[in-house]
Amino acid sequence: MNNNFGMTMVEKILAAKAGKDKAVPGELVNVEVDLALGNDITAPVAIKEFKRFGLDRVFDSEKIVLVPDHFTPNKDIAAAEQALVLRRFAKEYGIKHYFEVGRMGIEHALLPEQGLVRPGMVIIGADSHTCTYGALGAFATGVGSTDLAAAMAIGEAWFKVPPTIRFEYNGQIPEWVSGKDLILLTIGKIGVEGARYRAMEFAGSAIDSLPMDGRLTMANMAIEAGGKCGYMQPDQITFDYLEGRVDRAYTSVYSDANASYESIHTFDVNNLEPQIAFPPSPDKVFPVSDAKGIELDQVVIGSCTNGRIDDLRAAASVIRGKKVKEGLRLLIIPATQHIYRQAIDEGLMADFIDAEAAVSTPTCGPCLGGHMGILAKGEKALATTNRNFVGRMGHPESEVYLSNPAVAAASAVAGSIVHPEEVLS
Amino acid sequence: MILQGKIWLFGDNIDTDAIIAARYLSTTEPGELAAHLMEDIKPDFPGLVQEGDIIVAGNNFGCGSSREHAPLAIKGAGVSCVIARSFARIFYRNSINIGLPILECKEDFSGLKSGEDQLKINLELGKIIHLQSGREYNAAPFPHFMQELISRGGLVEHVKARLASQ
Repeated sequence: MNNNFGMTMVEKILAAKAGKDKAVPGELVNVEVDLALGNDITAPVAIKEFKRFGLDRVFDSEKIVLVPDHFTPNKDIAAAEQALVLRRFAKEYGIKHYFEVGRMGIEHALLPEQGLVRPGMVIIGADSHTCTYGALGAFATGVGSTDLAAAMAIGEAWFKVPPTIRFEYNGQIPEWVSGKDLILLTIGKIGVEGARYRAMEFAGSAIDSLPMDGRLTMANMAIEAGGKCGYMQPDQITFDYLEGRVDRAYTSVYSDANASYESIHTFDVNNLEPQIAFPPSPDKVFPVSDAKGIELDQVVIGSCTNGRIDDLRAAASVIRGKKVKEGLRLLIIPATQHIYRQAIDEGLMADFIDAEAAVSTPTCGPCLGGHMGILAKGEKALATTNRNFVGRMGHPESEVYLSNPAVAAASAVAGSIVHPEEVLS
Repeated sequence: MILQGKIWLFGDNIDTDAIIAARYLSTTEPGELAAHLMEDIKPDFPGLVQEGDIIVAGNNFGCGSSREHAPLAIKGAGVSCVIARSFARIFYRNSINIGLPILECKEDFSGLKSGEDQLKINLELGKIIHLQSGREYNAAPFPHFMQELISRGGLVEHVKARLASQ
């Protein structure tokens, strides 16, 4: 390859999967898809479109993943009918990776956990938070149901190669600050369309030491800045995470030293406070000290953004031995069955239940105002989820603030938004 | 293709939760979805919007979730075209994939009267005419690949052609 032409990780992956030597931003490429994902909201539309092809098989029954996670366990009859569409399709077409309630989890926590995500892959999902898998060095992006239908038929998808923006986070992440705070800070700085159609490369010394759960949280919210994907380049933390999970060889892909970036943003995280996104937009971001005292009716800890074991550990470390404020509901939703079990084994569930929190089976439920924690008119919630749009968690006149799990747990104890140190001191 | 209809103005960052709230996602029928189009930000909209109407919005239209129910609800309501200063990427590809005409246009429509004024659109040329004043606006033409997708009737027809040629 020509040494004068540097490429980013995403350009290299797209080039390789399109069978080309290079890929340049703006170019349209048709690429092989290594994994295609759908859920109980988006897959029924995809299946309806897929049936129009009149095929008796999918392109590869091992490369399709179906997870009923949004309105499950079935919230009503209509949701039950949609989940049934997935179940029947999975059986009829021999879909290997169909995860039934009881074995499932929130898709973007489940797929990496199950070893289905490897560096260098191209993954599309009919769910906007599919960008989560970039944390493992894959090119992963959200698409719609018709794209999923096409990929299930021919195993390909078309993309415009995105320009890449590099985000460097330098310094040592302070206590009670997490990947969530870095990504909220970023979205607050560049805005909800600051990375529209762009790839977001996350790097710097703070990322080098950020555990995988925090990286997954960051890549997960790339879409909240309009990003096509967000990613970290594989390193020892990645390899350690993959060890024992993946059952086949993979090739890690790295950006060249002379790769071109559309722009580079740098952040000093040494004195960073936990961040809060105010309603109704994930880019209305302020330090927690500016949100102090906002009274809450509900706190939700969970979702594809922050329902992993590190998130539950952080929340439990704050709430242990304390009680949820009277008049407030705290909902804890471990993102997968495995995380649920792990949290029980580590005693975290006892901490939550003793604190009088409600603990739920894995579901996307309240994050998108589906079920399991809907807000009434005028109610305020603090959630570790990813969106706080108008009506996102219930009534159009309810409000959602976003934070990391430690701040959420502390605020559930205080009854209003606080820094964790305030309930621990 | 020539489209003509009454306009409805919307602002920046209209997200897919605003276009169709998640509580209505337990159906995939465009007609049922259309009954709740924009309900949380403009509750009377489902009763006002008529066949052929045109949505004119600001930046980043369709941001948020990947739900194809959003363009399906718009199409189901009979909206003939969405014009925006910019589109969120998943909404953009979903619209093309299901054959909902959309146009990216950087010009300022803010002076026009929502629910009254009419636009006439030539999709191929990206030409938009304000019928009340005769003023012309120019939209970005689609890349060749996407024009082909649209002219074939969306992604499903494109894939069918691919499958037939194998």
